[in-house]
Amino acid sequence: MSMSNSEKVKKFLINNTVPILFVVLLFFAIPLSGFSPEYLANEMITRLGRNSFLVLALLIPVMAGMGMNFGIVLGAMAGEIGLIFITDWGVVGINGVFLAMIISTPIAIILGFVAGLILNAAKGREMVTGFMLGFFMNGVYQLFVLYGMGNIIPINNPKILLPRGYGIRNAIDLVNIRQAFDSFIKLKIGDISIPVFSFIIIAILCIFIVWFRKTKLGQDMRAVGQDNDIAAASGIAVKRTRILSIVISTVLACYGQIIFLQNIGTMNTYNSHEQVGTFAVAAILIGGASVAKANISNVFIGVVLFHMTFIVSPRAGKELVGQAQIGEHFRVFVSYAVIAISLALYAWRRQAAKNREIKAVLDEQNEAIENRGGSQ
Amino acid sequence: MESNEVVLKVENIGKDFFGNVVLKSVSFEVKKGEVIGLVGENGAGKSTLMNILFGLPVINETGGFSGNFFLNGEKAHFSSSFDALDAGIGMVHQEFVLLPGFTATENILLNRESVKDNFAVNIFGDRLKHLDREDMKKRAVNAINKLDVNLDPEMIVAEMPVGHRQFTEIAREIDRSSTKLLILDEPTAVLTESEAEIMIKAAKKLAEEGMSIIFISHRLHEVLDLCDRVLVLRDGNLVFESESENTNPREIAESMVGRSISDFEHTERKKELQKDLLEVKDLWVAMPGEVVKGVNFTVKKGEIFGIGGLAGQGKLGIANGIMGLFPSRGKVLFKGEEIPLNNTKNILDLGFSFVSEDRRGVGLLLDEPIDWNITFTAMQAHERFIVKYLGGLLKFRNDKEIRKEALKYIDMLQIKCTSEKQFARALSGGNQQKVCLAKAFALNPEILFVSEPTRGIDVGAKELVLNALKKYNEESGITIIITSSELEELRSISDRIAIVNEGKIAGILPPSKPATDFGLLMIGESNINGEGEIK
Repeated sequence: MSMSNSEKVKKFLINNTVPILFVVLLFFAIPLSGFSPEYLANEMITRLGRNSFLVLALLIPVMAGMGMNFGIVLGAMAGEIGLIFITDWGVVGINGVFLAMIISTPIAIILGFVAGLILNAAKGREMVTGFMLGFFMNGVYQLFVLYGMGNIIPINNPKILLPRGYGIRNAIDLVNIRQAFDSFIKLKIGDISIPVFSFIIIAILCIFIVWFRKTKLGQDMRAVGQDNDIAAASGIAVKRTRILSIVISTVLACYGQIIFLQNIGTMNTYNSHEQVGTFAVAAILIGGASVAKANISNVFIGVVLFHMTFIVSPRAGKELVGQAQIGEHFRVFVSYAVIAISLALYAWRRQAAKNREIKAVLDEQNEAIENRGGSQ
Repeated sequence: MESNEVVLKVENIGKDFFGNVVLKSVSFEVKKGEVIGLVGENGAGKSTLMNILFGLPVINETGGFSGNFFLNGEKAHFSSSFDALDAGIGMVHQEFVLLPGFTATENILLNRESVKDNFAVNIFGDRLKHLDREDMKKRAVNAINKLDVNLDPEMIVAEMPVGHRQFTEIAREIDRSSTKLLILDEPTAVLTESEAEIMIKAAKKLAEEGMSIIFISHRLHEVLDLCDRVLVLRDGNLVFESESENTNPREIAESMVGRSISDFEHTERKKELQKDLLEVKDLWVAMPGEVVKGVNFTVKKGEIFGIGGLAGQGKLGIANGIMGLFPSRGKVLFKGEEIPLNNTKNILDLGFSFVSEDRRGVGLLLDEPIDWNITFTAMQAHERFIVKYLGGLLKFRNDKEIRKEALKYIDMLQIKCTSEKQFARALSGGNQQKVCLAKAFALNPEILFVSEPTRGIDVGAKELVLNALKKYNEESGITIIITSSELEELRSISDRIAIVNEGKIAGILPPSKPATDFGLLMIGESNINGEGEIK
C-alpha cells in the first residue's frame, strides 16, 4: 500500500484541517497583537503547566471509544471540594496540594463510577450525556457546598464561610497553596520562569498514559473502543472496562483542576469548574484529535494553539477593530465552534466509510462492464 | 489423519422455538481429523444445530434443546459460548468478528494476550499486566504457519484483503490450544475463487494435523473436494449422509430440496400471457450483502414472476435496485420505454409499488394507526384521499375515504385488529405484513414488487398472504414480482421462477420443473438441459 507524495500531503492536510487552520490564524494574529516573544513564551509555559493535566485526562475515555469526556467537570468539582477542606484546615504549601488530592480522590472515584454507570446506559451518546451530567452534578455540588458545608459538614474558617454561618463564599483565596507546585522547583531562564515541578508531574502522567496503553487493561479498552460486541464476544467485561476508563479520567481531571487552581490562586467556588470540560475538549480537538482518536501530542499542540489564540486575539481584535471584547467573544465562540465542527466532521467521516462499501461494489461493476468492452 | 477416536457425538438433538420445530432428532459423529460437510437450504436447521453445539445463549433463552451431545466421550452442556470454547469447540462465523483497527496478531490473541508481571499488578490486579508483544507475535506466527498461508501478523485488519481476514479468524481458533473441533460457517462465501482454494488447502492441512472440522457451505464442489463425509439437513431432519466419494452434486441437491411433488399445487393459467411489461437488461445493484451483478429478464403483463435463491446471493437486490433504494445501473424498460434508475419518486409515479423485506425499517410507520399506514403512500404519491379547497390551495385529509379504504383491506386480507385506528406496532408480524400489502394495493400499482412476504409469519397467515396476492393478480391483472427464500412458496404462485446465484440469474424455470433442478441452480451447479430458459 504505497502512496504517492501528493496523496500523502493531501491525507495529512485532510486529517489535520483544524490545527492547520489555527496555525494560519496565529500567523496573522501574533504580529498584529504586538506582544513580545518573551511575553508570549512566558504565558505559554504558564498555561501549559496550568492546563495540560486537565486535557490529558481526556485521553483514556477516547481510547475506550467513549468520545470526549465532558464529564471531567465532575472530577473538577471533586478537586474543588478537596481545596475547600484544606483551606478550612489551613494546610499550607505543597502538603496542602497533596492533601487536597488525597481528600478528593475517593469523591472523584465515586462520581466517576456513577458517571460510568450512566454513560453505559447511554451507549453511543456518551458526549451529550456527559455534558448534561455536568450540568446536573453542578446542581448537586451547589446544594452540597451552599447548604451542606458549615451545616452538616463542619467548616470553621469564617473567611470562606458566608456571613450567615453556612455555605461557602463565592470566591476563595487559595493563598495557602498559591503556586505551591509551580514554585516548588523553579527555574528562570532570562525573563522566562519555568514551573519545573508542575512539568515533572505532567511528564509522569504522560509516561503513565504511554505505559497504560501497553497493559492488558489498556489493550482491552482499545478493543472495547473499536467494537463493543466483538470485545464482549471475546470475553472482555465491556461495561466494567468502560466504567474504569471514566473513573480514571475523572480522577485525573480532579488532580488537573487542583493543579489549575493552585496556579491561578483563587477559586470561584461556583464557576471554576463550569467550562473546564468545554475548554479542555476544544483544546484537544484544536490539537488535531478526533472523537475516536487522540494522543499525547494532540494535547500539547492543542493547548499551545488554543491558549495562544486566547492571548493574542483580544489584542489583535483591539488593533483590528478597536475593541478588546471581540477577543473574549472569540474565545467562547471558538471553543463551541470547534467542538461542533469536529463532531460534525466525525459523523461525516463515519458516513463516508459506510458509503465506501457501496462505492467498492460500484467500482467492481464499472470494471466488469469495461472489461466487456464498455457496451453500457 | 483420520482415526477412530470420536471427537463429537451428537445424539437425537431436537429443538423447537415455541412450538415451531426446527430440528428433529439429529444424530451423527465426527472423528478426530475428519472433515464433515454440512449442507442444507436456508432454514434447514444448520445454524440452529451449530448454535446448540457452540452454546449460544439464545438456545437456553428459548427453552433449551432435547437430546445430548458428547465431546471426547464426555457429556457436554454449555451455558455460554465461553464454555464451548473452553471445551474445545472453535467457531468461525459468517460475518467477520474482527476489530478493524487491530493487527492480525492482536485479533488472533484478542483477550488471550501474553502478559508480563510488573509492580502495579500487586496493587491494582492482573489487568495491569503488561502485554508481551514478542511472545504474542510468536504465537500468532505459529498459528498462521499451521494454516500454511501467507499472512502478515503486523497488518491491520482494515487494510487486509477479505481472504486474509478469514485466515485471521481461523488462526484465532487455532491459537486456542484446546480447540479440537472447528466449525466453519460458510467461510468461502465472501472469498474469491483463488482465496477459497487457499482456504480449502489450509483446512485440509489442519485436518491432517488432527483437527476435526464441520464445514458449512453452499458451494458443493468445495464440500466434495474438502470433506470426508457429507450430511444434508432438510426441514430439521438429517436426510442424507454419505462418504464424499460415493456421492455427486445432483444427489446432494436432490436431498437438499427434494420434497415430493404433491406438496404444492400449481394451477396453470388459462390464458397465455402475451405482452412484455418489464424488461431488465444488465442490471447491477450495489446493495451490501445482496449484490446484483448484471441480471437480464423479461416479465409479461399480468404475470407472477418469482425470484428465488439462497440468502446473500443477490435476489433481494433486484427489487431494491429497480425501486431505487440502492445505487444501481443498467437498463430497465417499462412498456418498452427506458425508465431512469435511482429515482424512487419517479418510479412510484410510473405505477410501481414495493413491499419491502424490511417491514419494520421501511415498510411501516409503527407509531401510526393502520388506516394511515395503508393510505399514507397513496396520499403522498397520487394525492388520493385528499379533499381540496380553494382550487387546491388548501388540502385536507379525507378521513371518511381513508376509513373506507382501510376497512376494505382489513376485510379483504383479514387483518386481525381491534379497529382501523390500532397502531401498527401492536400488530403481530403476519398482520403487519398484511398492512404492508394493503398499503401497496392502495396505490393501485401496475406492477408490484413483493420481497419475502411470508418471512417470520406463521403457516396460516402465510397462506392468507399468498392467496391475497394471487387473488389480487387474477382480479385486477396486476403484474407481481415476488422475491422469496422459500422455493415452495414461489412454485405455488409463480408463472416462472428465476433463481439467482452469486449475483446473476442462474436460470429461469417454470414451477412444474422438479425441485432438484431448482436446487442445482441455487448452488451454482447449473447448465440444466430441458425446456427451462438457460442463461
